[in-house]
Amino acid sequence: MSDNAVSSPAELEEGVSGFTQDWTSDKQTFHAPWGKAMMWIFLLSDTFIFSIFLTSYMKVRITTTVPWPNPSEVFALTLFGHHIPLLLIAIMTFILISSSGTMAMAVNFGYRRNRKAVVWLMGATALFGASFVGMQAFEWTKLIVEEGVRPWGNPMGAAQFGASFFMITGFHGLHVSAGVIYLTYIAIKVGRGDYDRSNNYEAVEIAGLYWHFVDLVWVFIFAFFYLW
Amino acid sequence: MAYVALSDRGQVISHPHSWITKYVWSQDHKVIAIQYGITAIAVGVLALVLSAMMRLQLGFPDTLSIISPSEYYQYVTMHGMIMVIYLLTALFLGGFGNYLIPLMVGARDMVFPYMNMLSYWVYLVSVIILVASFFVPGGPTGAGWTLYPPQAIMHGTPGADWGIILMLVSLAVFIVAFTMGGLNYVTTVLQARTRGMTMIRLPLSVWGIFTATILGLLAFPALLVSAIMMTLDRLLGTSFFMPAIVSMGEQTSYDGGSPILFQHLFWFFGHPEVYIVALPAFGLVSDLLSTHARKNIFGYRMMVWAIVIIGALSFVVWAHHMYVSGMNPYFGFFFATTTLIIAVPTAIKVYNWVLTLWHGNIHLTVPMLFAIGFIFTFVHGGLTGIFLGNVVVDLPLSDTYFVVGHFHMVMGVSPILVVFGAIYHWYPKMTGRMFNSAMGKWHFWLTFLGTYAIYLPMHYLGFLGVPRRYFAYEGIDFIPESAMALNTQITVAALFVAVVQILFFVNIIWSMFKGPKADPNPWGATTLEWQTAETPPIHGNWGPELPGVYRWAYDYSVPGAEKDFIPQNQPPAPGEKVVI
Repeated sequence: MSDNAVSSPAELEEGVSGFTQDWTSDKQTFHAPWGKAMMWIFLLSDTFIFSIFLTSYMKVRITTTVPWPNPSEVFALTLFGHHIPLLLIAIMTFILISSSGTMAMAVNFGYRRNRKAVVWLMGATALFGASFVGMQAFEWTKLIVEEGVRPWGNPMGAAQFGASFFMITGFHGLHVSAGVIYLTYIAIKVGRGDYDRSNNYEAVEIAGLYWHFVDLVWVFIFAFFYLW
Repeated sequence: MAYVALSDRGQVISHPHSWITKYVWSQDHKVIAIQYGITAIAVGVLALVLSAMMRLQLGFPDTLSIISPSEYYQYVTMHGMIMVIYLLTALFLGGFGNYLIPLMVGARDMVFPYMNMLSYWVYLVSVIILVASFFVPGGPTGAGWTLYPPQAIMHGTPGADWGIILMLVSLAVFIVAFTMGGLNYVTTVLQARTRGMTMIRLPLSVWGIFTATILGLLAFPALLVSAIMMTLDRLLGTSFFMPAIVSMGEQTSYDGGSPILFQHLFWFFGHPEVYIVALPAFGLVSDLLSTHARKNIFGYRMMVWAIVIIGALSFVVWAHHMYVSGMNPYFGFFFATTTLIIAVPTAIKVYNWVLTLWHGNIHLTVPMLFAIGFIFTFVHGGLTGIFLGNVVVDLPLSDTYFVVGHFHMVMGVSPILVVFGAIYHWYPKMTGRMFNSAMGKWHFWLTFLGTYAIYLPMHYLGFLGVPRRYFAYEGIDFIPESAMALNTQITVAALFVAVVQILFFVNIIWSMFKGPKADPNPWGATTLEWQTAETPPIHGNWGPELPGVYRWAYDYSVPGAEKDFIPQNQPPAPGEKVVI
């Protein structure tokens, strides 16, 4: 299977007629490998999961009768005697978005068949991801131990604050953790030279799709949970 | 690099050798389909037995005391959940979807066979968890299949200790299984069609299953999220769905949650779920009608568009299940409007089925009887749906037997008739043997007439105001004595129909071993699965070469043609102009 990479057919047209041609063509609707098409469809389904999580959180936040705790105070860090709101979360967000950059570079080097660079960049991405999860564990510990936040209640206000927080960031954290394992696995396969033998680096790109999605979801969680 | 479509590249298929890899840990879509089918039907029989127990209680409340009120609620809940999700969803998508998609689009298998295999085994785990709830302390949950909080997790509801947790976990596991299968079905239809098989040449069965799977992938997330939130409410004491509430004279620790949020989430899943079950049935029945009427389906393109439009609209009608929930009345106006709009594409489909029969050369074979029976039951169930879609009509009929009659007609009996018809239709291909036609016809007539004897009187009970989900009706003044007699009659009919299903099982099991050898294409059908070299098709489905497709799936009774059908893989004769 040496010619496994898909290149677009030469006669593919631009614009609306190209779109129609794609949809009415035989064999395949999207000029993408099976794995990539499947990942896109999965991410669409996952988008619905996160959208519903966030919508539900907004709904309970509106419904609850007790005032909502002020996130910029709850998520503040005292550093050298200064009280800095949202410091930790800003660092976490910065790290996660940086990891999207290294992932994009890994995909690019994959196209160029630069095995070593791909392994290093994917490793860096996984490391960034792992440190994100680590900081999340720190954040959770601080909330639970110091602030006394519990899923069923907290001293600052509405009980749904802790419930939504642990549920949504937990679910996202699981996605990041799964992504770290997934990236590591693919990086090992790259390092072994599996994809050089098949001359096909699409697995790197598919892993990249998942990783960018997890980052994108974080942006929404950050905006709706921490900034609102 | 020359462009080569993935489906044309030499796929390395390793054929299984041992009995285990062939029939147990199988990655063959046909074996997985049959595993799905057998599991779904087995758990469906359990749900049928539960309904018989309920009917015995309702029909003879004074003379028989087989079940307690708690057990009655538990059986109501488990019957509904099993039938809707673990039987119909699994059977249409996991069963028929798995069997038919690769064969009908001309692929060797699903695009990810290993994941497909996992999908079945995870589904089996979800079924085991569900059935396990019968054996835990307190038994299965009795919250009703909609699992509305707060009562679903409050003490006093049967199964509030263990049953509800197992139910929610089982649903989450089912959704994981469905997602693994569903991604396969969608990707296979989109990306692995054979040469010449465009989207607009796909048989309607594939269109129905394909669209329903997309609905599932977008609707099940709502159920997953609400199951997670309710599990947290129950286990960790969060208050997503739970308001401040007093239970058994004591203030609970819950505070400030929103029970109506659950209803919205549940029905955002629940209404598309109706079409997850109905769209595959629409697709399969279209192919059955066309084949056995020896006539092309009327308005093929319109049928495809109707499926797609129904699928899209099904996401904006959910709150018509919630007119009595106390939500803003303006919502009722919106959702009633969208609900009535959805009747338009649905009516187009019904007209097209009838017009397919019009002037057709109708062969009243067993599958055809079931397909025609479906048109009757679906029209009846659909019309009562238009009643209930209107807010003013729905309010007095809400939670009465009218609703029970409606949804059993439209999404109980109708899809099940298609399931039977489709099993009889593809039975010769799946087993290589023919079933007993006479027994099949008895099965049809007794089931078809029997279901009318069950569900028509229920509509009348609904008009009398008889509420549903009641264990007994003693001492309720507005319910006349005659309603009680009607209840007894319904029970007799229901037990009769349940017993009649033995005919079906005897027929398919006996015929599997003793039935006459079937012709590879006994119905003279055009679609690709009937053109395989072997019957039943071998692993990998086709010989060395994938079949090419030259025409749509409905070239029946073409003037001037040699036979009254032209298979999809037959090249056009010189001078012949293909329709699509």
